[in-house]
Amino acid sequence: MGVIVVNEEPLGWHEGMTVRDILRAKNYRFPMLIIHVNGLLIAKPDYGTTTVPDSAIVQVIHLISGG
Amino acid sequence: MDQLVFDPSKVMAIDHTRRTEYLGALLAYRTGLRTLKEVAYTPSLPDRGYNNRSLYVNVDTLEVTEKPVTQQMKDVFIGGRGFGLYHLWNAVQPTTKWNDPENEIIISPGPVCGITQYAGTGKSLVVTLSPQTEIPIDSNVGGFFGPLLKFSGFDALELQGKSTKDVILFIDGVKGLIRIDEAPEGPVDSHVLGELLTHLYAENDADLPNVSVVSTGAAAEHSLIGMLNFSFYDRRRGCVRFKQAGRGGIGTVFRDKRIRAVVCRGPKVAGDLNHPADPETIARTGIKYHKEIREQDPHQCMMRRNGTAHIVEIMNAYDLLPVHNFQFGSHPDTHKIDSSYWQQRCTQTTVDGCWYGCSMACAKGADGVVLKTGPYQGHMVTVDGPEYENAAGLGSNCGVFDPDYLLELNFYCDTYGICTITYGTLTAFIMECYQRGILNKERTGGLELTWGNAEADLEMMHQMARGTGFGKVAGLGVKKMKAHFIAQGWGDPQLINDIGMENKGLEYSQYMSKESLAQQGGYALTNKGPQHDEAWLIFMDMVNKQLPTFEAKAEALYYFPLFRTWFGLNGFCKLPWNDVVPADNSSQPEPQKVPEHVQNYVDLFTATTGIKITKEDLIMQSARVYNFQRVFNIRMGKGLRLHDAAPYRSLGPVTREEYESRTERYDKQLLDELGIDPAGKSTEEKMALHRTWRTDRFSQLMDSVYTRRGWTLDGVPTLERLRELGLDAFPEVVAVVKQFI
Repeated sequence: MGVIVVNEEPLGWHEGMTVRDILRAKNYRFPMLIIHVNGLLIAKPDYGTTTVPDSAIVQVIHLISGG
Repeated sequence: MDQLVFDPSKVMAIDHTRRTEYLGALLAYRTGLRTLKEVAYTPSLPDRGYNNRSLYVNVDTLEVTEKPVTQQMKDVFIGGRGFGLYHLWNAVQPTTKWNDPENEIIISPGPVCGITQYAGTGKSLVVTLSPQTEIPIDSNVGGFFGPLLKFSGFDALELQGKSTKDVILFIDGVKGLIRIDEAPEGPVDSHVLGELLTHLYAENDADLPNVSVVSTGAAAEHSLIGMLNFSFYDRRRGCVRFKQAGRGGIGTVFRDKRIRAVVCRGPKVAGDLNHPADPETIARTGIKYHKEIREQDPHQCMMRRNGTAHIVEIMNAYDLLPVHNFQFGSHPDTHKIDSSYWQQRCTQTTVDGCWYGCSMACAKGADGVVLKTGPYQGHMVTVDGPEYENAAGLGSNCGVFDPDYLLELNFYCDTYGICTITYGTLTAFIMECYQRGILNKERTGGLELTWGNAEADLEMMHQMARGTGFGKVAGLGVKKMKAHFIAQGWGDPQLINDIGMENKGLEYSQYMSKESLAQQGGYALTNKGPQHDEAWLIFMDMVNKQLPTFEAKAEALYYFPLFRTWFGLNGFCKLPWNDVVPADNSSQPEPQKVPEHVQNYVDLFTATTGIKITKEDLIMQSARVYNFQRVFNIRMGKGLRLHDAAPYRSLGPVTREEYESRTERYDKQLLDELGIDPAGKSTEEKMALHRTWRTDRFSQLMDSVYTRRGWTLDGVPTLERLRELGLDAFPEVVAVVKQFI
């Protein structure tokens, strides 16, 4: 099994893994996210259809909220 | 990650117009009032956001005076919190205590406050010397009072002196009179008093929305944690509702002055009362923002449906929800008190805003609540919120996951004049002391304050309102309770100090900072104490890993506290800044700052005042006030590095259970960060290693933050920094600093 890096932490990768799969695996439930896969911005409507390659560097930026 | 979907069929069918009526006492109250002083004045409306005068009232001598708002005040202090700190500095001496007559309560709305074209513009700031921290406290509050005060002709209200009898200050901005009435015997709790006084001082039913009441409740007379309720009349519900100036015991000062209420009756609100320099820009900016709310909010935070409670489940998912006095970050019963429930329980058929024109409309309300305990047992009431802080503080942090009890706790906090955040954190501390044998049934006077025992929790609150029993001890707040328990020899002093979540005497608000060094600073390296309104950096630091170095954390702890200070100078609510973002925010540079919204604020200030500023000027405006407040703290004998110390519970795991709830994370940190193999080490040994490492890290963070802020390593603003900010124009400020340079 391959590995990707999500917010600087390793995560197991599988063939056909989508951005939405990553969010589920990390339990990232916050609704205001900015996601880059290998530097490419992914639009929210594409989370379920965008597949992530093995060894990808994924950045899931949670905007500041709360309070 | 699937977002909650709103299902209107699940919303409980509750008549939001029904509740217990309290107007039977109106006639008696009206005839019982005795006028002590009445002064005529000339009402005015602001010009470009300012009236250029403030109102001073001494409730002892009955002096009523107008004071000019000078150009220097506007240039340096802007308004709101800035004006509050300026007036307070001039009113008190370094030796002044919170309950001395010299102490003031200042309410100031700020220049942009009161416009109706943009969301979140009805805020005012309340400043006083805090009974809990003994330094200035500031609290940002909604409701109609601030804007109505401004539209009655005043940029600030100073309240000074101590009356020997209960008084009501009435400002009639329509007729142009200021009256001090001796209050008759009668209710003091806000949900009754607010309703009565709104009807008493309104000319007729149509006038009800033009009246706002500032009041507190019975607990403010017997505790140090009293808060102020600022009313607004809810036309759709046909009742008075409240927003709270919660932190630091401002309500306690209010009652110590024997002020029963402050009432303002202003003109009927219209969109142009602030007389801005450039109304077209304000209208254009507002329309753009309202469109954004309408299009983006349903896919983002759903503030219009859920209010701030939408983050209960988010915090739980990220291990950030305070559970059992900040020991743990999630709980399996959280679903009982998260927004999936509040969305059904709060009325969804009415628009909930705490000021005109706020399209974010997050002031939710639960109607038809029938109380089970206390002096209002059996009454049907409307409970404001619950906000996130209330659900987390009164709920998960105390192990209370019954939503009906949570609403009742919320209601009684509000009407008794108790800060919900403070009450939640101090009760969580008490419950942990009970769990660990520091307290027991004998020491609490029979209250079994175990996790989740809402009935005992409520009884303690009723005692606080009566000034009896263990409730009176609880009303001292965490700092004084710690000293009391230690003095009684009731437990290990180090444990008591470690788990008592206060800094500077103020209780922590409801987020877990243990795993975010930046947020540890965001709480402890504040001016007033650990409230999240200076900086909320947990996602940036802990989740996104955007702040990998001390310097990066320090930069965030420079920018965000200053940016957020600015809301309180001008009369803004923080929520519209970042609880919704533009659709293209993700492609903008520095998206965490929400650059389009920052530009909106720059434009709104310029369009209101006619003074052209940039986003850099905005930060400088805040920096002047922020550093002035730091020097004010130093003037009052605090404000140094030692006063920024944090309880260890906010930095790391205090107990074995905490460590073992996150063993994998903590062991990995030992290996990765300290290069120590945890294998074969006991939990106690590993905890000790963590304590040394985490305490040292926090100390290094202090160095970095102080340096970035232009302060000495003891936390004192340097003379050079004062000169950069123009604060060297105030010799008294320079003199305070010179003692430490």
